[in-house]
Amino acid sequence: MLTYILRRIVLIIPVLIGLSLLVFAIARLLPGDPIQLAAGPNASPAEIADLAREFGLDKPLPVQYWNYVTGLVTGDWGQSIFTRRAVAEDLKVYLPATLELVFTAMFLAILIGIPAGLTAAVYRNRWPDYMSRVVSLGAISMPRFFLGLLLQIGFAMWLGWLPLGGRFPLTEDPPAFVTGFLTIDSLISGDLRAFGITLQYLALPAFAMCLSPLATITRMMRASTIEILQQDYVLTERALGLSSRLILFKYVLRNAMSATLTVIGLYVGWLLGGTVLVETVFDWPGLGLYATKAIVTQDFMPVIGVTIVIGGIFIISNLIVDLLYGILNPKVRYE
Amino acid sequence: MALLEIRDLHLGMRSFEGEAHVLNGIHLTVERGEIWGIVGETGCGKSLTGLSISRLVSTPPGRYITGSISLEGRNLLTASEPEMQSLRGRRIGMIFQDPTTNLNPAFRVGEQIVDVALHAGGLDPSILGVGAKASRSERKKAARNLAIDMLAKVGIPKAGERIDDYPHQFSGGMRQRVLIAMALIGRPDLLIADEPTTALDVSVQAQILRLLYDLVQEHQLGVLLITHNLGVVAQICTHVAVMYAGNIIESGSVREVFKNPNHPYTTGLLASVPTAKMKRGELQGLPGSVPNLLAPPPGCRFAPRCAAVQPRCTAAIPPSVAVAAHHEVACVLAEPHASAAA
Ligand SMILES: Nc1ncnc2c1ncn2[C@@H]1O[C@H](COP(=O)(O)OP(=O)(O)OP(=O)(O)O)[C@@H](O)[C@H]1O
Ligand SMILES: [Mg+2]
Repeated sequence: MLTYILRRIVLIIPVLIGLSLLVFAIARLLPGDPIQLAAGPNASPAEIADLAREFGLDKPLPVQYWNYVTGLVTGDWGQSIFTRRAVAEDLKVYLPATLELVFTAMFLAILIGIPAGLTAAVYRNRWPDYMSRVVSLGAISMPRFFLGLLLQIGFAMWLGWLPLGGRFPLTEDPPAFVTGFLTIDSLISGDLRAFGITLQYLALPAFAMCLSPLATITRMMRASTIEILQQDYVLTERALGLSSRLILFKYVLRNAMSATLTVIGLYVGWLLGGTVLVETVFDWPGLGLYATKAIVTQDFMPVIGVTIVIGGIFIISNLIVDLLYGILNPKVRYE
Repeated sequence: MALLEIRDLHLGMRSFEGEAHVLNGIHLTVERGEIWGIVGETGCGKSLTGLSISRLVSTPPGRYITGSISLEGRNLLTASEPEMQSLRGRRIGMIFQDPTTNLNPAFRVGEQIVDVALHAGGLDPSILGVGAKASRSERKKAARNLAIDMLAKVGIPKAGERIDDYPHQFSGGMRQRVLIAMALIGRPDLLIADEPTTALDVSVQAQILRLLYDLVQEHQLGVLLITHNLGVVAQICTHVAVMYAGNIIESGSVREVFKNPNHPYTTGLLASVPTAKMKRGELQGLPGSVPNLLAPPPGCRFAPRCAAVQPRCTAAIPPSVAVAAHHEVACVLAEPHASAAA
């Protein structure tokens, strides 16, 4: 098992290098000149050259790449041309906000999706199955931003139960910064009130975001459970008297989970890349909003930083899925 | 009281084309110590007969139409599902064809055997050899030790270590040994083995059959051995039942049936076995093919392929008659034997 883990970890190094090269190349090859944009329309060539020197853009490309990679490793992710704030500092605030949203959404999707899929498979072609299929179909066909708007109208405006948007009220003191996750930070500081407020603000955007992975996980889990239930070994287990509960929750579940797991891993990356709409609708101060602003102004370093972070998380979540896959499938880890 | 007694079992199988009458009045009596070979062409209902006994045919698409199956007098077709579960793995052991797909790949083999042992031990504490009040961990430990003993008994070397291996770490033959250990760990009285060696290498087949034979002898089990191999039947079975399109058309002791086959189908089946003495071109197949069970021919289902067919064959399904002691045939041509009838 240990060698399997090590092997998987060593394998991601070339992927990371490739990712950084790709992002760097795309950022440099993109049309438009950010320096020109940042310096303003009336800047003289000398001013532009100065600005370019300040950001290291006058050097040959390989040198620029080298500086950029060493910077990445040492924690210097460059700075925004406009705000002059260090990208690393910005990411420290925006990344946890987005991760908190994505993880909460995935947590909900897994918590509901796995039992729902299992139930639908066991009661195949009976009413629990039909219900789960109708709900999944609805959830997957509804655009997230539209759903977000509906939720806002319903729960925030009509019922007034939950806040319309934002992450934490300006009128309250947020918990002390430790991880950047407000849920965790408020628990660390023992502030249950802040924890409650955090959950209220999380509820609607997380729900809007969880529906599509929820639908996919339910369908995936249903399909793989149905497939596993038809395997020969399930017949053998029944023929030798094991109870249907033991067969389902022990012997079938572990096998059915491995296909679903792959989907979960992919979804984490997919949600991260797609938070923009939900963040915009709910005014959630996360990576999506940050990246949009940077892209519109062709602000290099933040764009690169966000891309690297999302790519990195994608790789890590796939690594975790691979490791879990190895745990669930003994055959995989010996190959 | 007979160990297993199947009386006039009719089973339907529904598909989108309609309901096929796949078992059409099966009669079979198995006593302890008897090894019954069940033979017949593919699709004749051998597996469904075996699955019906453990009531593992899913309904729907299956439907038990009439008949009874009793295990020591207890009717299995009317038993409740929990009652059936308490018989499976404990009174009735089953082994299936393909050892590569019949073990759960995600679990150590030990885990799977131990669960079967715990199930059987929950019904009869003497199997685990611990008192009825033993704690869960004591029972688990006893089950594990029993599993190791059982694996050693079926010929797995270093069973104490291999018990923690996963199925893919065993060869096909070894996996079938594991499955045999699983089927027998609950000390069943009846063993149903559905083509247990068909998926194995020829060299391994003989070893597995030998192992099964020895274990069955030792514990005096009643056995249903479903197989296509008449040579195997001749070597290890005491009795044979020949099936055709959902009926047992000839049955009895192996010696009687093989020496003196009465039913034209049995004769044809025996003639289709190649022997070393045969000359080139002498090997015979049966002409024709199995009837469509959705619309079976009237009367004897073999009539359309039978060389000795007569007008009365299509009138009704011929009843079984005893042509000798321990020898019954369902054919209009069969002559009841005076001493057997008496
Ligand atoms: N789940 C099912 N649904 C519909 N028909 C079925 C089903 N299972 C079996 N049958 C039909 O029932 C008949 C008997 O099947 P069975 O599996 O008992 O045959 P068999 O004698 O074991 O054949 P083989 O030698 O190929 O294993 C076949 O005609 C088959 O098509
Ligand atoms: Mg079969």
